[in-house]
Amino acid sequence: MTFALEVRGIEKSFSGVPVLRGVTFALEAGKTLGLVGENGAGKSTLMNILGGGVQADAGQMLLGGVSHAPRTPADAARAGVAFVHQELNLFPNLTIAENIFLTAFPTRSGAFIRYSAIYQRTAELLREVGLDTPPDTPVENLSTGQRQLVEIAKALSRDARILIFDEPTSSLSARECEQLFKVMGQLRRRGLTMIYISHQLGDVLRLCDSVVVLRDGIVAGSGPTREFTADRLVVLMVGRALTQLYPSRRGSARSEIVFEARGLGEPRVIHDISFALRRGEILGVAGLMGAGRSELARILFGLDPHSRGAVFLEGKALHRASPTERISRGLAFLTEDRRHEGLCLDASIADNLMLVALRDFARTPLKLLNRAMSRATLQKIRERIRLNQNARDEQPVRTLSGGNQQKVVLGKWLLVQPRVLILDEPTRGVDVGAKFEIYSQILELADGGAGILIISSEIEELLGLCDRVLVMNRGEIRDELSRPEFDRERILQSALPAELFS
Amino acid sequence: MRASFNRRLLDQTPTLLFAVALAGFGLSTPAFLTKENLLNIGVQAAPVGIVATGMTFVLLTGGVDLSVGAAMFVAAAVAGKLLLGGQSLALAATAMLGIGAIWGAINAVLIARSRIAAFIVTLAMLFIGRGFALWLTETRAMNLPDSFLRVGSARFAGIPAALWLLGLVAGAAQITLSFTPFGRQLHAVGQDQEAARKAGVNTKRILTWTYLLSGIAAALGAVTALGQLGAVTPKFGENYEFKAIAAAVLGGTSLFGGRGAVLPGTLIGALLIQSIENGLVLRNADPYFYPLITSAIIFVAICLDRVRSAILAKRTRRHIRVEATT
Repeated sequence: MTFALEVRGIEKSFSGVPVLRGVTFALEAGKTLGLVGENGAGKSTLMNILGGGVQADAGQMLLGGVSHAPRTPADAARAGVAFVHQELNLFPNLTIAENIFLTAFPTRSGAFIRYSAIYQRTAELLREVGLDTPPDTPVENLSTGQRQLVEIAKALSRDARILIFDEPTSSLSARECEQLFKVMGQLRRRGLTMIYISHQLGDVLRLCDSVVVLRDGIVAGSGPTREFTADRLVVLMVGRALTQLYPSRRGSARSEIVFEARGLGEPRVIHDISFALRRGEILGVAGLMGAGRSELARILFGLDPHSRGAVFLEGKALHRASPTERISRGLAFLTEDRRHEGLCLDASIADNLMLVALRDFARTPLKLLNRAMSRATLQKIRERIRLNQNARDEQPVRTLSGGNQQKVVLGKWLLVQPRVLILDEPTRGVDVGAKFEIYSQILELADGGAGILIISSEIEELLGLCDRVLVMNRGEIRDELSRPEFDRERILQSALPAELFS
Repeated sequence: MRASFNRRLLDQTPTLLFAVALAGFGLSTPAFLTKENLLNIGVQAAPVGIVATGMTFVLLTGGVDLSVGAAMFVAAAVAGKLLLGGQSLALAATAMLGIGAIWGAINAVLIARSRIAAFIVTLAMLFIGRGFALWLTETRAMNLPDSFLRVGSARFAGIPAALWLLGLVAGAAQITLSFTPFGRQLHAVGQDQEAARKAGVNTKRILTWTYLLSGIAAALGAVTALGQLGAVTPKFGENYEFKAIAAAVLGGTSLFGGRGAVLPGTLIGALLIQSIENGLVLRNADPYFYPLITSAIIFVAICLDRVRSAILAKRTRRHIRVEATT
């Protein structure tokens, strides 16, 4: 049996904290391996070692039987390791072909790019990934899903021996995911070896030949996919059976309306959106990617304009209130894009947590910060959101795992005690354990009397948490279900394009 | 598509403004649209155009070079000393280009290797350069031998040498930007330097060459300007950094990096600025009025850049609904 990749006893510590502790597994040539684990389990570090981003402290890797110890990403690329990252590394101002050949342009007379050659080669690559777009299209004209396919084409252009997908579906629509899986299937038939990293355990079970589960830097389980079920994977990842995916609800919706939209509209974005959110109520918004849910959230928070209708907070119209004004009146918004909009990645945990509440700690006439008071509050909020205890206050948020980053964003808003909290995909890219803690915080806030509006692409999540669910489709509210009426099928039918059923 | 129409219109704004300026001055001032005057505008625009070509490279990487005017002054001051000391024209011109290259290399090392912000490095170099050249010239003007002026006003095939040089520099620059790996990687660096580095682009090398080229372009601009003025004054090269930035940005190059072109963009920008100045001179406008006009042009350029990026941002926004056309 030939192995495309053998990983033997890899160890790695960061400033004394062990992240990988003797990770060992092997991947047969031409097979697809699913790599799962909670955030912080060591998946990213392992892939970084494979990709030359960092070096292992101990252990050995064999790539096609040859020792593989890349010192730089370029070394790893030369050895045939290619990545398709969660955040796409394409340049929107360049064409597809230029992006693919950026560091390997074939030239004429040693100076000029042979455009005819790269267009021809790019067209072939695009056919392989099923993207029907001219090679000279600027990448800025492509959708996220199309860009992902370009990333794959780019990896293929390097004659990759191992293709690593790191959370590739986290920003794709359902249809785009299917296209991606189709392309992966074709690549597999062509004999390409792949590693697939995802929190979507269903996808992993469906796509992969074998699975490796990482927990706290060790291999908690591995073997052929048929030996696993989603439940068993969860048990291995978390180290205990999660008997309950959603915390139990104590309170319930009260009668007063705290937040209301009446006939909200904006050409080409949303149309005639009306809903009323009660105190203590958790209202979900379901729908496909691109149904206008995030756009609605941005409009409600005052980030984007609307031309028709009105928004009311505690009975008072918000008119054209700025986000700052809305925040001071008790509105909070957790964005779907935590890395760019939710956090200042290079700022410290403390600075990020204090960002919104900062003014509350500068009550003196000179507006000087009360350090002692802020430090005490910081400690309290860290405990409340159960942030990783090893993380120091002054550590940059960038160094945290996805789940802990999201806890920081949530903590930032909890500090201002919002009366209405809008959450857009609060658990995207977050592992099972951290999810539960985020849910608990949301429920606690609702039980305290806040109104919660939660947007999610995971229907299960909405069914598990919400009192009521709205379904959006093409910028309109198509359906509304209260808890007794909850029905997966019905939500999906309302969310999918009507043509499918006619 | 309305949005793409708007965008295309915006891309053509410099050309349209240029046409409007030509038509406006042409109608109101008979002497404006003569062949001689148009050539004159071209010649006068040449120094700024050449410096702005180097500046376009820098802006494309998302940086800025505030030291180009000072580099011109230092190069001209040294050339003046050499010429007045009896050295040959060729030697003086070569010395100027050498100084430009060294100048660019200093900027490059500090920005690309030591990773100091381009704004700070080149601002410091601006003061260092002007101070050094003032000391060298003892703050006096130097009148150069007529030979320099004669070369400066030479013509080939009826076209002034300065225009040939401008065309050559701009053409070579655009070919480099559009058709070489260096040019395309430079666009990538300007879009996202960190991503470019991760993708395996040698960003240090790209930045080094960019500032080196900007220094050389500044020196070439100084040679051209010297050929027209025939003298090195304490004000030589002053405000060229701003004129060059204005020309590039007016021509559609973004201050945020990654977007822009020398041809037609920067060239049109330089010609536009010069046409307006020339037109004002022909109309006997108050000379104290010129700085106001120049600053208004820069202001317009920045506004254009802002509107352009806003449109770009809007274009990338998803359209969720197809609205019935009313």
